[in-house]
Amino acid sequence: MSASKHKSQHTLKLFFKGMRDTLPICLGYIPISFAFGMMAKDMGFNVWTAVLISLTNFTSAGQLAGTAIMAASGGYLEIAVTTFVINIRYMLMSLSLSQKIEEKMPALHRAVLSFGITDEIFAVASQSDGKVSSPYFAGLIIPAYLSWCLSTLFGATAASLLPQSLCSAFGIAIYGMFLAIIIPPAKKVTPILMTVIISAAMSCIFRYTPVLNMLSFGWVVIICAVVASALAALRFPVSNEE
Amino acid sequence: MNIAYIITCIAVMALVTYIPRALPLVVFRKKIENNFIRSFLAYVPYAVLAAMTLPDVFYSTDYVFSAVLGFIAALVLAYFEKSLLTVAVGAVVTVFVSEYIAKIIM
Repeated sequence: MSASKHKSQHTLKLFFKGMRDTLPICLGYIPISFAFGMMAKDMGFNVWTAVLISLTNFTSAGQLAGTAIMAASGGYLEIAVTTFVINIRYMLMSLSLSQKIEEKMPALHRAVLSFGITDEIFAVASQSDGKVSSPYFAGLIIPAYLSWCLSTLFGATAASLLPQSLCSAFGIAIYGMFLAIIIPPAKKVTPILMTVIISAAMSCIFRYTPVLNMLSFGWVVIICAVVASALAALRFPVSNEE
Repeated sequence: MNIAYIITCIAVMALVTYIPRALPLVVFRKKIENNFIRSFLAYVPYAVLAAMTLPDVFYSTDYVFSAVLGFIAALVLAYFEKSLLTVAVGAVVTVFVSEYIAKIIM
């Protein structure tokens, strides 16, 4: 067997391993992205706008917030800052993955594959054995990306076909996923619990206090997150060893 | 809403989503030494998701009562560390069933 053939078989094997590991993510994205498609449709966007958002953003919280601001005819700066602040966490994940991926991975592969860093892809990639290679990373991302985009398409299409009771129920799906991400660590790590409580309490205060409730959703998320995270960082600095 | 506005917004969103993902992986290979920034970044995702979830989750369905029940169901499932899929579907089913029962009763 020639060396190059052997190498390509190895590449395929890694790719398929990634595809296998990403299966739960694919399934998990279906109701969430489906809900996004329905919500976008509900906000008055057409099917292809919803799909274009999923194709170009491939992120849950950020694109939902951006879409909500867009629906309210928000300014470009508000959209940029909100989406960026929500996605700041990817910097940390990307930084963490930079220690986990193969050092020899070319810059072009890094530039393309980093598009696929979501909370869930990050979780699976950082838990995998050994270094993360390009084919394995691609195997993780591609099926999840397809699931995300197709589910948005089906969600946005089905919004007019599905009974209202089902649309209502799907509205909560994305929040269920957020809770599934924040509750388990909050349960175990007190500083995270405090961060969550402060941020949620502030968000409620902004919503229910006269005058303060005139502030748009995007800025509320930014203020709550920055204040809660900064307080937590001052009070509970994370150890440098991790 | 005009097309130019929508396309510009989506492009802005895509850019500011891609940059934080790509920048550290492509360019920055050194560890962040500033402990405050490291700590701050570690807490940001939880703070953002918490602020996005509350109180918006209560208005995510047609009725506040069904959203509250769905929220409680998600909270319990998440507490027992069920998968993202299980928690999301559990909340959806709770909302659907509770609204269905309410309609029969009333």
